[in-house]
Amino acid sequence: MHTAKTMANHRVEGELYRDLSREFGQELFIAQHCADNKLTLWVDRKHLIQVLQFLKPLFPMLYDLFAIDERTRVNRTGQPDSDFTVVYHLLSLDSNEDMRIKVALMESDADLPTAIGVWPNANWYEREVWDMFGVTFAGHPNLYRILLPPTWEGHALRKDHPARATEMAPFEMGPERVAREQEALKFRPEDWGMQQSNDDNEYMFLNLGPNHPSVHGVFRIALQLDGEVIVDSVPDIGYHHRGAEKMAERQTWHTYIPYTDRIDYLGGVMNNLAYIQSVEMLAGIKVPDRAKVIRIMLAELFRISSHLVFYGTFVQDIGQMSPVFYMFADRERLFGIIESITGGRMHPAWFRIGGVAQDLPNGWEPMIRAFIDSMPARLDHYDKMSMQNKMLKDRTVGIGTYSQQEAIDWGVTGPGLRATGSDWDIRKKRPYGGYDQFEFEVPTAANGDCYDRAALRIEEIRQSLKIIRQCIDNMPEGPYKSDHSATTPPPKERTMEDIETLIHHFLNVSWGPVIPEGEASVMIEATKGLNSYHLISDGGTGSYRTRIRTPSFPHLQQIPLISNGLMIPDLIAIIASIDFVMADVDR
Amino acid sequence: MSELMSELMPVLLALTILVGGVGLAAVMTWWERRLLGFWQDRLGPNRLGPFGIGQVAADMIKLLFKDDWVPPFADKVVFIFAPTAIVVAMMMGFAVVPFAPNTYIIDVNIGLLFFLGMTSLAVYSVLLGGLASNNKYALLGGLRSAAQMVSYEVFMGLSLMGIVMMTGSFSLVDIVQAQTNVWFCFSQVLGLLVFVVAGIAESHRLPFDLPEAEHELTAGFHTEYGGMKFAMFMLGEYLGLILIACMITTLFFGGWLGPAFIGHWLPPFVWFSLKVFLVICFFVLLRAAIPRPRYDQLMSLGWKVMLPITLVNLLVTGAILLWMEGA
Repeated sequence: MHTAKTMANHRVEGELYRDLSREFGQELFIAQHCADNKLTLWVDRKHLIQVLQFLKPLFPMLYDLFAIDERTRVNRTGQPDSDFTVVYHLLSLDSNEDMRIKVALMESDADLPTAIGVWPNANWYEREVWDMFGVTFAGHPNLYRILLPPTWEGHALRKDHPARATEMAPFEMGPERVAREQEALKFRPEDWGMQQSNDDNEYMFLNLGPNHPSVHGVFRIALQLDGEVIVDSVPDIGYHHRGAEKMAERQTWHTYIPYTDRIDYLGGVMNNLAYIQSVEMLAGIKVPDRAKVIRIMLAELFRISSHLVFYGTFVQDIGQMSPVFYMFADRERLFGIIESITGGRMHPAWFRIGGVAQDLPNGWEPMIRAFIDSMPARLDHYDKMSMQNKMLKDRTVGIGTYSQQEAIDWGVTGPGLRATGSDWDIRKKRPYGGYDQFEFEVPTAANGDCYDRAALRIEEIRQSLKIIRQCIDNMPEGPYKSDHSATTPPPKERTMEDIETLIHHFLNVSWGPVIPEGEASVMIEATKGLNSYHLISDGGTGSYRTRIRTPSFPHLQQIPLISNGLMIPDLIAIIASIDFVMADVDR
Repeated sequence: MSELMSELMPVLLALTILVGGVGLAAVMTWWERRLLGFWQDRLGPNRLGPFGIGQVAADMIKLLFKDDWVPPFADKVVFIFAPTAIVVAMMMGFAVVPFAPNTYIIDVNIGLLFFLGMTSLAVYSVLLGGLASNNKYALLGGLRSAAQMVSYEVFMGLSLMGIVMMTGSFSLVDIVQAQTNVWFCFSQVLGLLVFVVAGIAESHRLPFDLPEAEHELTAGFHTEYGGMKFAMFMLGEYLGLILIACMITTLFFGGWLGPAFIGHWLPPFVWFSLKVFLVICFFVLLRAAIPRPRYDQLMSLGWKVMLPITLVNLLVTGAILLWMEGA
């Protein structure tokens, strides 16, 4: 698809591999081939931190950090022995490269040195790996559970941990248990290095959430307050955790699609896209042009829908009451369109491996055209009403500021990154799914404050409208689904003609397709930032391990950095400007 | 007989205001929601009865039948006393409002001061409610409220001194009569501006609803309140809204007087009600349109903008009065 690009990759990676070999010795690294052609190197635990430190200047962002339980995996030829593999996925914005470092661990000695010193955002990721796999990180300051309840027993993403409630003992919530759980939820400032008082006065500790009107779901943040000024804060997540990664291991490749809709539940089919592109990469499926354009059109419609919710709630959290109703009315019209195309509204689960579920219905074009024609004037109106309002500016300009360097250090992507001046949009940098055929601009802003993050998203709505218009004007003819055995069962009429076709049809609709063994992840520019599904196929009808890298997770982690020293209303503005949904954080 | 009537008149009026005030506040909840719905491209309550007016009764029934709960960690006596204080204070404030030439409960020569005093008492309700709840959000709300009301009180009073100087009296009836030719909204533009802002701050409605600021403090000072006690707070707030609207009408828009250029062809009470109604609609519009400032921004607006404006207004009014006297 991008031959020139791939060659360039190999050149740089070749250099990198040489440099690494020169620095640490060639025998230290074992290269692994992945279906997505990303450089993947196995490193010994002893040299891990040295290697990471060496790589830090080349790959300034820790894009993802996760683990794999390898104990029941069959197909791993050429890979070192490992019970638990910890994967560091690194990204460089400047050279547009990413690579993975893998470390093999044995069950009896699953311990690693912490990487917090190299990338600060490793903190939450390492807690998640510990929570899910029981891998410990020496030197980690707060290695507590992050997604599961503090009283949970076992590590949920281990293959031997039950996946369903029916495999476990009945759940009982007696008074003892209630007391124990309550006790475990208590916030102890000392655990987080906070003091109860300074020389003059005692601090107030306020639990904001998990049930609070402005935390956009079930998000808890414990605040250390001096008056109304936030001295320090500890975000606490996991209240929306539904084990999406665990569920993936029980589903077939196809039946997992509806689960992805519910990750970033405002992004709808945008989630399907991230998942499906990884599957297609693994299986080497080529998507027909019409399906590509339909996908982009639907994905951008959902980007608008998500940004409209952001816009309305952002302004509402600043205290302006009315605009949210206008934006939700627009979103409602949008849902009408989406419903008539896909049959669903928020979670259509409409993309399929190799294409989409159905062709576009009759009369889709005037419907969308009417919507995108009406939007610019309405956006202008909202601009006057909200974004140009002086009180709103007073509340948001210069609040919650972070620099581009801080954004990279903390793994911030998407509008949050572009608000600091970077134009890093993966739709432009590595056009996936046909985005290279479209003309649009990547809006940026300079200050990285709440106002910029909001203004930038509003500009993105306009750009999405532009993309959708191009989709309508240039919708190609042709099939809406690829003619690949893994995606499309043979035509029903022909199954009655010969037994071979019947068998294929039967297997395809009962077991679902078998995806060749391998690993792949494809980044997409989701509504809130970079989203990707790292899929590992063991050559079966379902995924062996599904790692969902969501943008909101690192965004929440850096809240204390930008809100300490400000007041509670500023924190609310910051939370609103980050634009997260808790399902996208907790999965 | 007529003597008896004039004795009974204030009592009857007081009873009418008591019942009418509560009723009006209840209707206001419906009217505000309908108006907000209109401005926000939606319907608002429209199911019960004509135009949804039955919603008022439904809400009342619901609130009356709610569990009358006092949190075990609250200071019980203060917790129950707090919501009554605001209703009593606001009701008392109506005593000096002249609805029509001879329709008022009492016309005292300190009418204006009485009104200011009563609205000041309302702060106790919010403050005590916040403290007695023994809840951190409520505490923050109570503290915000105390600071906000105390500072806005200062120039709420001062903003009216221009009117007092021009009228030469604190009596509200005198103030209305002094507007026969020109309403004070023309000669006291700055006073009006400041009084409206301070009035909204006093009745803590959006954009100055910082004591309850639902997006920050969940429900602020009344987080722990429910049922009728919560309803009392709401009642007090709406009574405050109506009272402030009455005062704006009386002080700046000629009270019961019709506009000079149209004449007085409507009954005085109708003129008065019409103006109050419009002022209330204006308050609802403000609520629909304006975002909430941050607490410190509200304070600096008060002390750095509102107070100087008030003082300038006072100086200029005084200077003009002196100059006119000399001439």
